[in-house]
Amino acid sequence: MRRKRGFFAGPQLVLVPALLLVMLTYYGSILWTLYISFTDSGLIPDYHLTGFGQYARLWTMDRWHTSVANMLIFGFGYIVLTLLTGGILAILLDRQARGESIFRTIYLYPLSMSFIVTGVVWQWLLNPTTGVQAFVRDLGWHSFTFDWIGRPDRAIYTLIFAGVWHASGYVMAILLAGLRGIDPEIWRAARIEGIPTWRVYASVVLPSISATVATCVVLLVTHVVKAYDLVVAMTRGGPGTSTDLPAKFVVDAMFERGNVALGSAAAVMLLVIVAAALVPFHLYQRRQKP
Amino acid sequence: MTSLQLTRRVAGSRIPLYLALIALALAFAAPLFVMIATSFKTMEEIRQGSIFSLPRRIDLTAWSAAWSSACTGAYCTGLKPGFVTSFQIVVPAVLGSVFLAAVNGFALARWSVPHAEKIAAVLLLGAFVPYQAMLYPIVHTLGLVDLYGTIAGLILVHILLGQPLLTMIFRTFYASLPHEIVQAARIDGAGFFRIFFQVILPLSPSILVVAAIMQTTAIWNDYLFGLVLGGTGNTPVTVLLNNIVNTETGEARYNVNMAATLLAGLPPLAVYFLSGRYFVRGIAAGAVKG
Repeated sequence: MRRKRGFFAGPQLVLVPALLLVMLTYYGSILWTLYISFTDSGLIPDYHLTGFGQYARLWTMDRWHTSVANMLIFGFGYIVLTLLTGGILAILLDRQARGESIFRTIYLYPLSMSFIVTGVVWQWLLNPTTGVQAFVRDLGWHSFTFDWIGRPDRAIYTLIFAGVWHASGYVMAILLAGLRGIDPEIWRAARIEGIPTWRVYASVVLPSISATVATCVVLLVTHVVKAYDLVVAMTRGGPGTSTDLPAKFVVDAMFERGNVALGSAAAVMLLVIVAAALVPFHLYQRRQKP
Repeated sequence: MTSLQLTRRVAGSRIPLYLALIALALAFAAPLFVMIATSFKTMEEIRQGSIFSLPRRIDLTAWSAAWSSACTGAYCTGLKPGFVTSFQIVVPAVLGSVFLAAVNGFALARWSVPHAEKIAAVLLLGAFVPYQAMLYPIVHTLGLVDLYGTIAGLILVHILLGQPLLTMIFRTFYASLPHEIVQAARIDGAGFFRIFFQVILPLSPSILVVAAIMQTTAIWNDYLFGLVLGGTGNTPVTVLLNNIVNTETGEARYNVNMAATLLAGLPPLAVYFLSGRYFVRGIAAGAVKG
């Protein structure tokens, strides 16, 4: 009784409508998208249910297969390299260097900029006639070639460079917070035993921050699934459709090709991918702190 | 400090550490340097020199073109209108989303809201949802209530979409405050909003800054919603930048593109460099989700 009175004597004026609206925006929209994915909606929604046809069609489309394959390539490269770079940065900063805050500021600044800005800059850096390739050739290595951004079989890898540059500082900041939480006694003990620094990191420190690493992985997976702006700004999905990603496939299907149902089916697949990453993460976390 | 002395003795020479830190800092800073250098060059200089060379003299033509005359296919207005639109969106959306999340976070943490734990968990799950899965219903609904293509519509969407993560951050923060503070005020007969404004808000400047910074960068950098909801008249700066860079016909004016990119990246960069510590705290706060 007290609980109820406490609640109704207070914040319900703001809390209830705000929460309802937020929940409706999130979960209402998701259910709506799910519903549309089972229809034949074209440019405008048509609420006559037709079953799994859009999903069947989706998985026969070359462009969707390209998108999914690209997501796997980009996702694998982006997650592994960002974790590696971010981890190295965190360990270096953890070594108590002078000017730590200056270095940290430099490693983290890309994160404050949009993917559009990031994409435009990297497009320029990797442009063969003006960017890095031209620079190295001017230095005297005339046969040097780095034209991946214009090659259908390689362009997807250039997105990884830009992504890693953008997000490494993010992983660094999260891991550094984890490293700073480590008991300094470990380092004292390791010194007395004469254990080399790298061994302490590999066998003691990294295992003890594994939950933090898992958090980073989940956050990076959501980045990969959402990856849209970066491709738009950097390659526009090209050359051709060679750097298309599922998130871009969805937006293009809905707003450029007037196929809302197909786009919705693809959007539901994105949700499934995120859920596939979240469920094991949740179970893992539950096991970590019983 | 003991661990500092320890590492000194264990690692011996610190030179490799600093070499690694400096090399990585140069690599991370290079794209920003290239942007700045290119934006001050003339096209003649860009064609002849390398991307990593300094401009021979500071030429501001590209900056003024980027600001007020660069073209996006049909219009030659520069980035200025996008800047104005983005500010019109960011300011109310940040104030609104932070205030709403603070009230709700406090209510969920410290007021006896029924099922607060479950509500918070379901709300937080929203932070993982790819926007593509909500995009079409949001566009459609805003169209039904005549907010499609308006700044008000974009403000509303950003306020709602910011809630899962922000509410979680405020809830965590308020849960860490001592119980006695709220209890004492309640015994004195103060209601929810009186306690919130007179007791709780004065205790929260740091978390308010953290939340405001997170939202400012996130909303300023948004591309997806600006693109599909902005319509023709209300194009935020990210969308305008992409249009300028990726649709300009004829020979690309790289100096103008880089000046425009810097302009679009400048506000979040400034926020970042002026408030680095709070920015990092925001990352740490956002990473504990799950």
